[in-house]
Amino acid sequence: MTRSVIELPVSADDRRIAGLAAIAIGLTLAEAAIPSPVPGVKPGLANIVILLVMLQYGWKTAAWVSLLRVLAGSLLLGSFLSPGFWLSAAGATLSLAVLAAARHLPARWFGAVSLSVLAAFGHISGQLGLAWLWLLPTAALVKLLPVFAAAALLFGAINGFIVARLLAADEQAKRQSSPCTPL
Amino acid sequence: MTLLRPGDFLLLTAGGFVVVGLALFSWGGGRGDTAIIRVAGQVVETSSLARARLVSVNGPLGMTQIEIQPGRARVASDPSPRQLCVKRGWLSQAGDAALCLPNQVSVEIRGRSAAYDTLGY
Repeated sequence: MTRSVIELPVSADDRRIAGLAAIAIGLTLAEAAIPSPVPGVKPGLANIVILLVMLQYGWKTAAWVSLLRVLAGSLLLGSFLSPGFWLSAAGATLSLAVLAAARHLPARWFGAVSLSVLAAFGHISGQLGLAWLWLLPTAALVKLLPVFAAAALLFGAINGFIVARLLAADEQAKRQSSPCTPL
Repeated sequence: MTLLRPGDFLLLTAGGFVVVGLALFSWGGGRGDTAIIRVAGQVVETSSLARARLVSVNGPLGMTQIEIQPGRARVASDPSPRQLCVKRGWLSQAGDAALCLPNQVSVEIRGRSAAYDTLGY
């Protein structure tokens, strides 16, 4: 009998994605403990990580982190393959699609807040779109639209502001650590 | 780089308009201005909601009283055993309706634009 060892090469990118996804999953779990009056209305704290990752490491890494977050988060919460999981996946997918387009906006005019709000609207559009097509193809969902949209605007703006603050702090730290670089 | 850039304010404002627009679209519905009272499917009274009045109609079980106030209407009393149409309370949105099935009386609110093409009971 031969013992074979299968070795999967792990690149630095893989490690980075795993670490970042772990942070996003941690935020997802913490958020699951927050009670919400309407299912689906959540601060979406993990999106802070997704947006930061996109701005620092690019869209592809962000997509990996986001989809791993949905998958592993659902496994840990026991909602894998449940309707909630699919809604979450649809939201994350559309949010990523929106970010893929929105990252080309001129950075001089549109900052992290814009990207975050757009991504949040993408998120609820994906969620509600799937819910409407699959679970509740009636007018009842229409009555909740303004609630979801208002939540997306509010939490998107707050999350975006947090991202902007973190980026500014990061920039400042870099500047202080290497004072010789020309600005 | 500043935390909030000009485009951000633009986008936040646009987002605000989207939220307000959606709220008007899905909650506004249009307030009703007319009450249509039917007995056994036949319209017996079409009353404007402009001023207060009391309408009494007779069904198979007895008299149903419909109270109309500016902008709203309700079934004030009805002989039906479960009183569902009375418990329905005040109706003000276009498309709202209260049905007293045992007494075959219905009150429906209509707006300038009808919320539904037809309602079958």
